[in-house]
Amino acid sequence: MAAKTHSIFDPTIVVPAIGEAFKKLNPLHMVGNPVMFVTEVGAAITTVLMFTGTEGAPFGFLLQVTLWLWFTVIFANFAEAMAEGRGKAQADSLRKARTQTFGQRLTPSGGLEQVPADQLRKEDVVMVKAGELIPGDGEIIEGAATVDESAITGESAPVVREAGGDRSAVTGGTRVLSDVIKIRITSNPGETFLDRMIGLVEGAKRQKTPNEIALTILLSALTIIFLIVLISLKAYGIYVGVTFSITVLVALLVCLIPTTIGGLLSAIGIAGIDRLVQKNVLAMSGRAVEAAGDVDVLLLDKTGTITLGNRQATAFVPVPGVTEQELAEAAQLSSLADETPEGRSIVVLAKQKYGIRGRELHDMPNATFVPFSAQTRMSGVDYNGQSYRKGAAGAIRDWVGGRLPKEIEEEVESISSNGGTPLVVAMKEKALGVIYLKDIVKGGLSERFERFRAIGIRTVMITGDNALTAAAIAKEAGLDDFLAQAKPEDKLALIRKEQEAGHLVAMTGDGTNDAPALAQADVGVAMNTGTQAAKEAGNMVDLDSNPTKLLEVVEIGKQLLITRGALTTFSIANDVAKYFAIIPAMLLGTFPLIAPLNVMRLQSPTSAILSAVIFNALVIIALIPLALRGVKFRPLGAARILRRNLLIYGLGGILVPFIGIKMIDMIITAVHLA
Amino acid sequence: MNANGWIQLALYVGVLLLITKPLGLYLLRVLDARGKTFLDPIMRPIERLTYKLLCVDPEKEHDWKRYTAAMLIFGFVTMLFTYAILRLQDILPLNPQKMAALSEHLSFNTAASFTTNTNWQSYVGESTMSYFSQMVGLASHNFLSAAVGISIAAALVRGIARHTSKTIGNFWVDLTRVTYYLLLPICVIYAVVLVSQGMIQNFKPYDTVSLTEPFTTQVPKVDDKGNPAVDAQGKPVMEDKKIDSQTIVQGPMASQIAIKMLGTNGGGYTNANAAHPYENPTPLSNFLQILSIFAIPSALTYYLGRMVKNQGHGWAVWSAMFVVFLTGVLVSWHYEAAGNPIMHQLGVDPASGNMEGKEVRFGIFNSALFATITTDASCGAVNSMHDSFTPLGGLVPLLNMELGEIIFGGVGAGLYGMLIFVVLAVFIAGLMVGRTPEFLGKKIEPYDIKMAALVILVLGFSILGFSAWACLSKWGAPDPVTQQLTDGTNNNGPHGFTEILYAYSSCTGNNGSAFGGIGANTPWYNATLGLATLFGRFAMIVPILALAGSLARKKRVASSAGTFPVSGPLFTTLLVGTVLLVGALTFFPALSLGPIIEHFMMHSGKLF
Amino acid sequence: MKDIFIEIKNSVIATIIFAIILCGVYPLIVYGAGQLFFPNKANGSLIEGKDRKLVGSELLGQMFSGEKYFHPRPSAAGTGYDAANSSGTNLGPTSQKLKDAVKAAVEQYRKENNLTPDVLIPADAVTSSGSGLDPHISVRNAQLQTERVAKARSLDENGVRALIEKFTDGRQLGILGEPGVNVLKLNLALDGALP
Repeated sequence: MAAKTHSIFDPTIVVPAIGEAFKKLNPLHMVGNPVMFVTEVGAAITTVLMFTGTEGAPFGFLLQVTLWLWFTVIFANFAEAMAEGRGKAQADSLRKARTQTFGQRLTPSGGLEQVPADQLRKEDVVMVKAGELIPGDGEIIEGAATVDESAITGESAPVVREAGGDRSAVTGGTRVLSDVIKIRITSNPGETFLDRMIGLVEGAKRQKTPNEIALTILLSALTIIFLIVLISLKAYGIYVGVTFSITVLVALLVCLIPTTIGGLLSAIGIAGIDRLVQKNVLAMSGRAVEAAGDVDVLLLDKTGTITLGNRQATAFVPVPGVTEQELAEAAQLSSLADETPEGRSIVVLAKQKYGIRGRELHDMPNATFVPFSAQTRMSGVDYNGQSYRKGAAGAIRDWVGGRLPKEIEEEVESISSNGGTPLVVAMKEKALGVIYLKDIVKGGLSERFERFRAIGIRTVMITGDNALTAAAIAKEAGLDDFLAQAKPEDKLALIRKEQEAGHLVAMTGDGTNDAPALAQADVGVAMNTGTQAAKEAGNMVDLDSNPTKLLEVVEIGKQLLITRGALTTFSIANDVAKYFAIIPAMLLGTFPLIAPLNVMRLQSPTSAILSAVIFNALVIIALIPLALRGVKFRPLGAARILRRNLLIYGLGGILVPFIGIKMIDMIITAVHLA
Repeated sequence: MNANGWIQLALYVGVLLLITKPLGLYLLRVLDARGKTFLDPIMRPIERLTYKLLCVDPEKEHDWKRYTAAMLIFGFVTMLFTYAILRLQDILPLNPQKMAALSEHLSFNTAASFTTNTNWQSYVGESTMSYFSQMVGLASHNFLSAAVGISIAAALVRGIARHTSKTIGNFWVDLTRVTYYLLLPICVIYAVVLVSQGMIQNFKPYDTVSLTEPFTTQVPKVDDKGNPAVDAQGKPVMEDKKIDSQTIVQGPMASQIAIKMLGTNGGGYTNANAAHPYENPTPLSNFLQILSIFAIPSALTYYLGRMVKNQGHGWAVWSAMFVVFLTGVLVSWHYEAAGNPIMHQLGVDPASGNMEGKEVRFGIFNSALFATITTDASCGAVNSMHDSFTPLGGLVPLLNMELGEIIFGGVGAGLYGMLIFVVLAVFIAGLMVGRTPEFLGKKIEPYDIKMAALVILVLGFSILGFSAWACLSKWGAPDPVTQQLTDGTNNNGPHGFTEILYAYSSCTGNNGSAFGGIGANTPWYNATLGLATLFGRFAMIVPILALAGSLARKKRVASSAGTFPVSGPLFTTLLVGTVLLVGALTFFPALSLGPIIEHFMMHSGKLF
Repeated sequence: MKDIFIEIKNSVIATIIFAIILCGVYPLIVYGAGQLFFPNKANGSLIEGKDRKLVGSELLGQMFSGEKYFHPRPSAAGTGYDAANSSGTNLGPTSQKLKDAVKAAVEQYRKENNLTPDVLIPADAVTSSGSGLDPHISVRNAQLQTERVAKARSLDENGVRALIEKFTDGRQLGILGEPGVNVLKLNLALDGALP
């Protein structure tokens, strides 16, 4: 039951949002958004002026202007409420699982007590048995268990969680399938990742990001400037002999101040976080989402991110005098008891390609299996008086007495340089040949990295492999760079180095020893399966624990920023047409000869002003879907994206209102509203 | 819009382009405390001596706060200096015409105006100012306000070019080097060339020549107390006056005019400014004057490109300035050439354009070109009377100033003003590439936007606010006959409003040109216009230097294919769009009540 | 606070140093060079009459209204071509005053020069210049006055035309500016007053 995508018009969200839109009219709430606050004050003023009879305009006109000014505020509130509603819906569906859970808390005396999950505090220890739900986020301190995390990740296959190491973290709401574990709770109620995320999408608790603050400052400055414009215009009117009614001045003011972006700004920010949640990623702050857009270096762990995580045998290369069949047979024997994925892939390859029947262990009573050990660095079997071994070239070289045939040495070298892992197979202290184990690069990555390269993002692979292997894999996957034979502390050093050079770095990590690097990175996505330390250090958590998701995170960050920029540009560009609608309308009464300035040929001064105000209000509604969904992200260079968006939102922003206002003018004239 | 005009325009642009790079490279040396120039043998000792007397260590740079403090204090001291000279003019030397001391408000206005590189003139130069006042009180500011402007621009560019740096330069070093290595040497040559064209440079009293054909004219009769006499109907009484001689203005003009143009000051020696045949004797002197207005501002864009190691950015900024400049010239030229239909109905040849307020030797094109250039840059010298331009021909200079004098702009001021628009453009559109906005590797953060927004706010507030206040007040001199208070305008209807709007636009923009009909030498006008010049200068420079300090401190973000491009035609288009949307739109309502409505009135023959 | 005092002290000293160099040394250098290389121009391009009396400046217009003289443009400088009081009319395009003045000037110009109503008047003939001291009139303006002047002086029109051409300042370098006829020099030449 992972977070699902809600349709824009989902009534369960739209209906409460309408109510919220009215509740948000509270000036105390509005004051946080200067543009809309000014609009609300303007609407309040015109409301009063409707009844004073000083405006010298028909009541119907004043009423309509006033109503549409209120609508402008309400539409903006509605946009915010919609975004919040969608975010909450997603968060709620994640949270639901946990609300009715109980935990078996260990009492100081060693007994157990039943406690509702939301009363569990940090450092409490709970016992969870097979079939029970884990009551809260925590860390296993004792035992191991298989856990069904599908509630969070949507992935049905159970995963193993055990005390110690990097797989000790468990999430509230997931179910233990086997065994019994002791869990130390790691967060207080209301402080879990989920709780924090919910806070992010709720307007009241939401902190503005630095970019939102900067934008708000600019929008406020524009609002003040237009206030000066309008107040001074009244004075100029007195000088030139034109009387401007306050209602019309307020209407012009509201049309000119950037209400479109002012009204949609917070919705855009919340929607960005929502989109992350839809991808099962929880961001710790809005800033983290923006940072994801800024990132230009991605550090990707090889295993799990770039490759499938397991190497597979793809070929047997025998020495001269040995047939492939013989080598395959020996390789299979040496791997029979090898339960690692690599070992299995050897058995599978031998069977599929060489038709060597799989043998069952119990058919081979006199076989002695030799497991892999750190000393020998080999594994194999002693069977029918023969010793079969496979291992790294160095290990086998020692086993066979210090020398390997030249052909094998060459083959080992060649496989390594192609990014593969060579395993040498030997029988009776005689090397038979080499197994070619290959890292399997995930599909579609190379195209993805290509997209990133186009937008100026460099991808760097981190791997413990040697440089040769790393280079080959990096080449195959289409990465820009790699860090070979990397130790955990190297990761941190690399991040520092990149940041020193002015780059912003994103990485994923799960282990405790990833924590410093996750904290240092500008965007650190911790895997949900990772340790608590890793999750605390990062600024995002991926519930699916899918390292490749970093790519999507970056795209969502960029999409958020593009949407914000596009609507800002659109909003400011809109002013041109509104001027051409309202200014002639304001002057036409006194100076009929200014008619040529009425380039849209609007019907009358009142219809012109009304049309502009209506357009200004409706455009907010019209853009809500775009604000919530985000502008489509295209993997193009900055110059091309800019050109494209400037054409659409800049030039479009200038042209669209000309058309829109003209159409509204025709409609309201036709239905005799003005 | 004849072929000859097009050729002159092409020549002008060509020569401007030609000097931009060499002068820009020279600026690079001048604005570097350790820069070497070919003038070192002459100027280095004087420079060293200056530092010694000031106890300034030229190697030591300051943070933005210290830089700002030095600039503000220096501005205040020099303003006081000029105020004192003007107030004491009657007892100071070099006053052969025995000019009286100036009033408090006129002295304040003039001192503020010259300190701020505005050079608004509420006075008639040739009948108000002694040679000493012109040469010391005013011309000193022509140099120093220009040098301050260039220094500030250099400080901002350093802020952009540097990273993780606390300092942005040393004000005294910048000021000294700009004066000694840039302004002074050019002016020495330039002034002599101007003399060769007929500009005066002497210290003799005004000459009197006898007219070949004396004439009689009617002048208002003045009663014993010096008040105009009125008849029973309250109309002024006229009397005959015989004129048989012409008094010819003299003085040290060329030395002052050279820096007046090069430093984009614009304060005329005479009332008619560069329309006066002495102040602008020939078309060649005219060409040199308009070239010298744009020379340093244009070169500064090249300097910017060099400093930030992105010449494309320098040229993109140049191109944006150029596009707006060219548009302005063509609009103004078109409407001036088209002339005034009201005149045409009287039998005036439409082909000769609108010659009211223009000189024959310059003609329509050079007048429109000069008007556009002088208001693009915050120069304010005029070779024709903007007040008598056609409405839309006159809208161009007005709007140019309202954009904030950023189209090449005042020396230094143009660049730092345009860079504010660059920051705004990058901020607004920068998001559209999917990153938080960054300008040449610097993230644009709330503090930076606050400073940039302040600059825009001050501009709108000062121009529109003061104009509105003036519109509601009667700040002009009382009518000499009726003694009724007036607004001081020389024209009625929208044109009168435009005169007021123009005055505050000019002073806030630190331009100094005028719709000259406005009689601004009154206490209220002098005070408010003086304040507008101070706002327009210092209320903008302080946030700009704060921005410079903030940018200098920032870390630099590496650039990549995903970096917002700040060069090329796309950026130029964006920048022009931002200037027009953020800058011009603010003034559209005011302009529609002034020149725009007047345009329609002129075509329907409505008069005031 | 100490820094503030340092900067105040620096400002005062700098003002003095710069005043000496920029307001003393510099103008004197220009003065010296001007007087050395272009003495006539540096002193106002003054014209001496035959009796060594100053009769005007080449660069400044003068008032002429008699019928044997070419007339300059209307002037708003003081009482007309007052060279110590340069000014334009500063009247805007929708000014009634300007229209009245131009209307009167057109009528007068037509009458003086005996022109039919269908002759279009060059704008410079009926509008004031920016300085009020414009030394020039357009060539067309001069041509329209030729007949009157020649008649009043009983001169051959072609001779007068030749003089107009002589005192026409063409485009500088063949490109810059507009051609104009220097009215003062032309009138002085007609009087034979030029040395």
